[in-house]
Amino acid sequence: MPELTPEETKILLEKSYKCRQNILQMMRNAEGHIGGAFSSLDIITVLYNKILRHDPKNPKWPNRDRFILSAGHKCLALYAVLAEQGYFEEDVLYTYGSFKTKVAMHPEEKLLAGIEFPTGSLGHGLPVGHAMALAAKLDGLDYKVYVMLGDGECAEGSVWEAAMSAGHYASDNLVAIVDLNGLQVNGATTEIMDSSPIEKKFKAFGWAVESIDGHDFGQIYRSLAEVPLKKQKPTCIVANTTKCKGLDFAEGKFQYHHWHCEPDKIDEAINIVKSAQNKELENVRI
Amino acid sequence: MITEEIKKILYDGDKKVATRNAYGERLAELGEINKNIVVLDCDLSKSTMTAVFAKKFPDRFFNMGIAEANMASVAAGLSTMGKIPFISTFGVFATKRACDQVSTSIAYPQLNVKICATHCGISVGEDGATHQAIEDVAIMRAIPGITVISPSDATEAIQAIDAVAEYNGPCYVRLTRGASPLIFNDKYSFKIGKGAKLSEGGAATLISTGFVTHICLSAVKKLSEEGIEIDFINMASIKPLDEELVLESASKTGLVFTVEDHNIIGGLGSAVCELLSAKHPTKVIRIGVNDKFGASGSPAELYAAYGLDEASVIKTLKEHLV
Repeated sequence: MPELTPEETKILLEKSYKCRQNILQMMRNAEGHIGGAFSSLDIITVLYNKILRHDPKNPKWPNRDRFILSAGHKCLALYAVLAEQGYFEEDVLYTYGSFKTKVAMHPEEKLLAGIEFPTGSLGHGLPVGHAMALAAKLDGLDYKVYVMLGDGECAEGSVWEAAMSAGHYASDNLVAIVDLNGLQVNGATTEIMDSSPIEKKFKAFGWAVESIDGHDFGQIYRSLAEVPLKKQKPTCIVANTTKCKGLDFAEGKFQYHHWHCEPDKIDEAINIVKSAQNKELENVRI
Repeated sequence: MITEEIKKILYDGDKKVATRNAYGERLAELGEINKNIVVLDCDLSKSTMTAVFAKKFPDRFFNMGIAEANMASVAAGLSTMGKIPFISTFGVFATKRACDQVSTSIAYPQLNVKICATHCGISVGEDGATHQAIEDVAIMRAIPGITVISPSDATEAIQAIDAVAEYNGPCYVRLTRGASPLIFNDKYSFKIGKGAKLSEGGAATLISTGFVTHICLSAVKKLSEEGIEIDFINMASIKPLDEELVLESASKTGLVFTVEDHNIIGGLGSAVCELLSAKHPTKVIRIGVNDKFGASGSPAELYAAYGLDEASVIKTLKEHLV
């Protein structure tokens, strides 16, 4: 079974928390969807550092693995990780919120290297990823496609059209990761439109499914390193996460789905994130 | 290009041919020429005629089931991988059910997807309003960057399919269920952005698109026999419109009629009004479905009831001709 060493875990954790700090720096300029960005960040960090076959210096490499952030509003997390990976200079991040920025409030493939598809309208990422997986098979290429969905997004019918279709076409080079933070803009997903049980739904559509703790780097790595979980089946990783993970006063609160932080409170928020990081690091035994 | 093979299949004597049949046959030929062409359909391939391609190239044909939104997004994804997806279903579903996917996933990134929708207009007939696309052109035309083509006969449909396959960008091709007589022979050459003048005259300009063109052609001939000469334009390219041809004709006649099997809001008539109001204000009479839904009936009955048959077109023209 693939395992991370404690040193690797420590590096991933530090990178993920540095990204959280950078996201808060970006939010000096404008409000943003911090809740989902922070809940998905640990997974995106593991993907780009350990799982995806990619080359920041050659972002259009034809046989690269693809990552599509279907819940495009969580793009603060993706931007921070792409910058950390060297797709573009970190300075680009701090143009967030300005006219003609390359890091728009929803990701745009025309603007920025590393973005595979413009997402923003929910429910589009899974069918697009499914298509990329189909094309790989048509062209005899062995890349994989990873699509990250939100649990609120799973209310969109088009998610399930694609789930059915990918199961039907046995797209085992397709991986859906559901960032199951349990909250959406106006409250708990179970109260607004209950998409649970996500695991059983994907299973019923012919997917191989595994549930993990989406903030446990070891579990994230183990599940993603072994895809496809079953041959001839697309893989769904249901990642149980905490909305706004790392910012203790906001954790698990739907009010921080989208947040305007007063500029003079940014430094305070960054300090809270730093102490969360230190607390997490204590749990990593080296 | 009209091949001998297609001539044999489609142009057998004086028979009438539906544009959807021309599409299906030509698409299967193009599949041989261009291996990047893939075809997707929502389980209507025997009606949209993509079944011809499916039989010939089963590996490049995807039956997406009854899920139009998914089909549109999957086509978008395939095109990012260098494929040229042709996607087909009925016009009502292609433009209304999958509208967000077409707009956001196909048009916004300007992806090379060809939406070839069949069963457009009330000429569908008995299937009724739920299956008759009368807003499809309006919807597609309003989405930035989508080329909108409405061929009038089999010859023009074949050439339009060739043209959109050649063109790099999202296209909507409006095809019809019913067979209609041929208007063009194989000397005709369709180009995106160009209309075709079918008769010269000074009494008025008549611009039509799609299935109704053969009806208008017959009406124009009858008026000519009465000494009323119409400047008659077939406009398959609704977006981009052949502005030069419209302006030239409107300047000459000073009175314009448009005829289309589509709501009078948002289609060819609107496109012509938008152009003329800005560049050469001219009176325009829009003949089409008068802002109501279709109905069930034979195409001939419906055309008579909706003012789109030959007698109605002649009557409307005469009412406005001085």
